[in-house]
Amino acid sequence: MSAGMVFDGLLVIITLWLAWASLASRDLFRGIVLFIAFGLVLAMIWVRLGAPDVGLAEAAIGAGLTGALLLATWGRLPRPEAAEEMERPEPTMVYPDRLNEPGIMLRIVVGSALVAIIAAIGWVLLAPAVAPGLTDTVGEKLAVSGAENPVTAVLLNFRGYDTLLEIAVLTAALVGVWALGPAPKVAHATPSPVLLGLNATLLPLLVIICAYLLWVGKAYPGGAFQAGAVLAAAGVLLILSGGRPKIPMSLKPLRWAAVVGLAVFLGVALAVMFGGRHFLEYPDGMAGGLILFIEIAATISIAVILALMFVGGRPEDES
Amino acid sequence: MLIDVLSIILIVAGAAFFLAGTVGMLRFPDVYSRLHALTKGDNAGLGLMVIGLALQVESLAVIGKLVLIWLLVLLAGATASHLIARSSIKRNIKPWSRK
Amino acid sequence: MTSAAMFALAGVGLIVIGAWSLVMRAHLIRKILAVNIMGSGTFLILVGAGGGSPVDPVPQAMVITGIVVAISATALALALVLRIANATGKPALPEDFERDLMDREDP
Repeated sequence: MSAGMVFDGLLVIITLWLAWASLASRDLFRGIVLFIAFGLVLAMIWVRLGAPDVGLAEAAIGAGLTGALLLATWGRLPRPEAAEEMERPEPTMVYPDRLNEPGIMLRIVVGSALVAIIAAIGWVLLAPAVAPGLTDTVGEKLAVSGAENPVTAVLLNFRGYDTLLEIAVLTAALVGVWALGPAPKVAHATPSPVLLGLNATLLPLLVIICAYLLWVGKAYPGGAFQAGAVLAAAGVLLILSGGRPKIPMSLKPLRWAAVVGLAVFLGVALAVMFGGRHFLEYPDGMAGGLILFIEIAATISIAVILALMFVGGRPEDES
Repeated sequence: MLIDVLSIILIVAGAAFFLAGTVGMLRFPDVYSRLHALTKGDNAGLGLMVIGLALQVESLAVIGKLVLIWLLVLLAGATASHLIARSSIKRNIKPWSRK
Repeated sequence: MTSAAMFALAGVGLIVIGAWSLVMRAHLIRKILAVNIMGSGTFLILVGAGGGSPVDPVPQAMVITGIVVAISATALALALVLRIANATGKPALPEDFERDLMDREDP
């Protein structure tokens, strides 16, 4: 049992405990904060698995932005008694043992189903691996794919169709959030000068980091999604400092920015068909440039869409 | 060899600071002292860890990135604890005092 | 057992924990948390089952895609939860909140 495995075992125990604590805690706020911590420990697991791209995405999107969305929604839920008790109750970890009859049967059925699932999947996972995997297949074609980072090559070239659909899902989710109603009203409050000072330092830095992650994603861990998430964090910071859910600019450029990713990707995918190629089949030698072009548009869109979803509804049109 | 031992000592010391800060967060009686313990412990702990890691690295660019990370955590931690304390004061949460 | 297999089994554990809470708890935001945790468990299985040393980039790309899709679904779900809570007064489906009263102090 090497030291690495002991460390990994500790990570597994912490992750499982955090997941359980997050879902079982009496206080929902505490549960959400524990979920964010869970996401960060999960990012460490991704690094241990040799997948730093996934770790970056998990930390930025899975833990950070999802946590921000959850907290924002939790804060917007209607309170039955207005702000009477702000001290959080002392958290207890006792799982309620309410034993009315439907409860017991439900627990037995669900519990047995889950035990069966553990047994089945665990048996499959512990059996020796039979398939060789796709590492070599990707490695052979990496030179012509337009990127040296195999994950970027898979995302933007070999499985580009999946990424196109993913951006479409993101855009559709924004349309869905906007269709559900106007943005929740927030009481106007003066942002703290410390926060504004932080913005002055942090926002330009976040833009630089976004560009860096985007550029470096070609050969090292990074890429469009991680960069977009960092820029989205900058957008969320801007929203939080504005003290109100309106974006301080007209909605028109934002609408364009939100769809440019999908439009560019789809446009490139269709345009390459003009040489008699298939949908999304890049011409030889142009793969690298096209990937960068698509990634820039995708980063802008991802950032704008995620920040707009944080607002939680259709912003008022200021024009 | 000496470098490795030094790194281990520094990183373990950093972890000890983190532990101290967390124990403070769990044991202190009100939000203000908890914030104090947490940010102080975390900043010092992270600084020690960064020094310990920087000893292991040859490239100056990576050392620069590590120091940048530490500075950003300092900045973010300070702002976050200020914001928490500010909103606690607005909600009239009184600091603990020995009655 | 390699580290990767251990992580994959942890993924199974996460799916189980998430599924239990998804069924047993009534508060909708908690259900969303549970679904997210189940999703993370699935991602762990995807990459962990691929094995260790020459790590396979295709499941990694799928997991990155999965993370982005998960946050899209979460954002839409949260907007729906807000609508339900504003319309019915409670962040839970009507057939659920008689069963689970543990969240009574959550608004």
